[in-house]
Amino acid sequence: MSGVTDKFAFEPERYEFRADPIHQFELARRDFFKLLGAGIAVFAIAKDALGAQETAPGHRSFHNEELPKDISAWLHVGEDGTVTGFTGKAEIGQNIRTALAQTIADELRVPFESVRMVTADTALTPFDAGTFGSRTTSTITPQLRRVSAAARDILVEAAAKEWNVAPEGLIAAGAKVTDPASGHSLKYAELARGKTLAQNLPAEDPITPAAQWTIAGKPIPKVDGRSFVTGHHQYTTDIRFPGMLYGKVLRPPSFGATLTACDDSTLKAMTGVVVVRDGDFVGVAAPSAHEAQTALDAIHAQWKEVPQISNKEIFSYLKQNAAAKSEDRFRKQKGSVEEGLAGAAHRLDATYTVAYVAHAPLEPRAAVAQWTDGKLTVWTGTQRPFANRDELADVFHLPESSVRVIVPDTGSAYGGKHTSDAAVEAARLSRAAGRPVKVVWTREEEFTWAYFRPAGVIEIKSGAASDGTLTAWEFHNYHSGMSGIETPYVVANQRTEYHPVPLILRSGSYRGLAATANHFARETHMDALASAARLDSLDFRMKNLSDARMRAVLEAAAKSFGWPRKKTQKGQGFGLACGDEKGSYVATFAEVAVDRKSDAVRVVRMVEAFECGAIVNPDGLHNQVVGAMIQGLGGALFEAIEFESGRIKNPHFASYRVPRFRDVPEIEAILLDRKDLPSAGAGETPIMAVAPAIGNAIFHATGVRLNNLPMAPNGLRPA
Amino acid sequence: MAKPIELEVNGKRYPVNYPPDTPLLYVLRDELGLTGSKYGCGEGQCGACTVLIGGAPRRSCQIPVSAAAAKPVTTIEGLEKDGRLNAVQQAFLDAGAFQCAYCTSGMIMSSVGLLQANPNPSQVQIIQFLQGNVCRCGTHPRIIEAVRQAAKMMQEHGR
Repeated sequence: MSGVTDKFAFEPERYEFRADPIHQFELARRDFFKLLGAGIAVFAIAKDALGAQETAPGHRSFHNEELPKDISAWLHVGEDGTVTGFTGKAEIGQNIRTALAQTIADELRVPFESVRMVTADTALTPFDAGTFGSRTTSTITPQLRRVSAAARDILVEAAAKEWNVAPEGLIAAGAKVTDPASGHSLKYAELARGKTLAQNLPAEDPITPAAQWTIAGKPIPKVDGRSFVTGHHQYTTDIRFPGMLYGKVLRPPSFGATLTACDDSTLKAMTGVVVVRDGDFVGVAAPSAHEAQTALDAIHAQWKEVPQISNKEIFSYLKQNAAAKSEDRFRKQKGSVEEGLAGAAHRLDATYTVAYVAHAPLEPRAAVAQWTDGKLTVWTGTQRPFANRDELADVFHLPESSVRVIVPDTGSAYGGKHTSDAAVEAARLSRAAGRPVKVVWTREEEFTWAYFRPAGVIEIKSGAASDGTLTAWEFHNYHSGMSGIETPYVVANQRTEYHPVPLILRSGSYRGLAATANHFARETHMDALASAARLDSLDFRMKNLSDARMRAVLEAAAKSFGWPRKKTQKGQGFGLACGDEKGSYVATFAEVAVDRKSDAVRVVRMVEAFECGAIVNPDGLHNQVVGAMIQGLGGALFEAIEFESGRIKNPHFASYRVPRFRDVPEIEAILLDRKDLPSAGAGETPIMAVAPAIGNAIFHATGVRLNNLPMAPNGLRPA
Repeated sequence: MAKPIELEVNGKRYPVNYPPDTPLLYVLRDELGLTGSKYGCGEGQCGACTVLIGGAPRRSCQIPVSAAAAKPVTTIEGLEKDGRLNAVQQAFLDAGAFQCAYCTSGMIMSSVGLLQANPNPSQVQIIQFLQGNVCRCGTHPRIIEAVRQAAKMMQEHGR
């Protein structure tokens, strides 16, 4: 897996990007990719773009973010007027299928209903690094606008040619081109008939400014909503083929355990059961899920286990095992923290911790694999179809052209579905069985064998002058990651450092990455500093902020929330937090009620203002923002993975508590639409300020400062 | 050992041959092809597999197929009548009360069960009733709103 880290362009806490596939089969490993990488063209891309993407060293060349520019790969105007947009992005509940279709309809000037999106299919859609990092809106939306604008120009030119007039005077609108001078008009469908659209896309096409959008910017409902409320939508887990078998994989009793003996002799009596043993991989496939489970239970395996630490020791372990000195790219410094601290009227030194949390998507990891004439097709709910294709090609020693990965609209992911685990398992079993095989992870497997948002320790030292001006800021993150690590506040003297630590549990991306941990620590610390300086939390932040967009979200949320507020009852508290990340801004205000008898904490109300530039679909955005607030509440108060001796101790919804209806407060999401700014993604940033806002409200209610996430797994009582 | 069992699902009779302790969910999904009911946990803790058995919402992953044989079973696929959505389905659609929508079938079936027993539930009663259904995308406020709207729709139009 070398050749990846040297050009690593993504956040260091995306550990799963650099991890090996979970199963390595004992076959000769040959690398077909260098030979065939540049020659694979399962979809039409202009030669220069293909070269840029596929000839980079190493098959997992996801550091190259250049997008293909060939118009036919991205957009198709059919002879019946149907417009099809192609994107390698996956629909995982974030509603891009609707938002991207709106974008195309808007720019191409066609009715929304005439646009359909083909998403995340390695045989049909352009290469894409993956659906993560809030990049669909920021990168694909302008790309689709450019191709739509180019397609519109081509249609106008075709009409001009038809009528023998200059294209400048013609108008493209309502899926047709009209000549106001002559009154002639031709539908796009008529113009497209028998023609091929031009191949090259100018890099800087003029595109419609947000203020003039007519279809984008509107709250258009989810495009195929009806198929979801009727149960007809087929998720990966719902796919069935004639003769398909159900696969199960034997899991070790603990992480890192190796197989020492395996007796599957009793399975020979079971009809229709296929057993695969390949290295440490042991799996079965049977005509029903029930029979597959029975077969799996009949295997007697012995494992050699290795001692491992528990969640109780994790934070001291992380501190002790951090590299003595981190790489330059992980450090940033300006001024002198020592001088800033020396001159400060208020000084604060505090440590914060965050636990491992699970994504727990409701649709577990799943895949259906089918081999036909040595070629492999896999349906799987992944955020990275092309990386999955490459991993499958790698594991099965196939050229990439022999592997197709298709992603049905998926039962959510939150950064958790980047790897190809279930796909590899289904493909391995299917190859042995000679029939299609479906693998659906159980909830326990999902909680145990997926990857987690990494735990972390954060240390902050700070100083402020007597009037509240920040004078010093020193911030160290151990293990959890670099996202959102830099303070948005104006501080003359600062030092920021990320300290990597080798993995303990399998870890990786999670909605917002480490920005949630870093914002929790920073915004909790800011609140404590405000309180030390006897300043209002909002005034203190405003005093040290110069970014107008950050100030705007704080002001908007403060107004709706009614900040500052006086307590009207015992146990009531109010808190706030803010932050910016990936081009968007958030401010969250929370009201909590703490029952002093039971020590139970209840979030009563949350108000969040969010700004991500020009809003593409306010309805979908509202869902994403409210959803992030509720998910953030879980990690803030009670979500934590417990582990010991390489085992997850709470791999069930009964023991790993996720937010449920009773946990959900009154919620208000204020969406600030900045039509003068480019659209940014919105899947992640709205989660970041939730935990510190709640923690600061708990402090306001009780005087107890909570520096560890989750803050109240048993209310305010110790476990 | 597999045994012949007759199920009545969405008004149709299906003879099946299954071990009696097989969870109903697997028979619905894998044998009858009614995949609208989802596997979320297999432990009765998430509600994604909820169906109506004799009109009452039940976690089909926890009901042995033999126990479902005596009563009519309704799944999400059985709610639509002559191309017309059930009021709860329509209300979920109108409210945009889903994101990934993997929980939606279970949410709708639980809500249909609630409204059959209590046509005019309070907000607290809705929350109480849906406590066992997980929505990991955090669409809870819209789901509550959808159930309220469905109750209203049913009272106004008798749907």
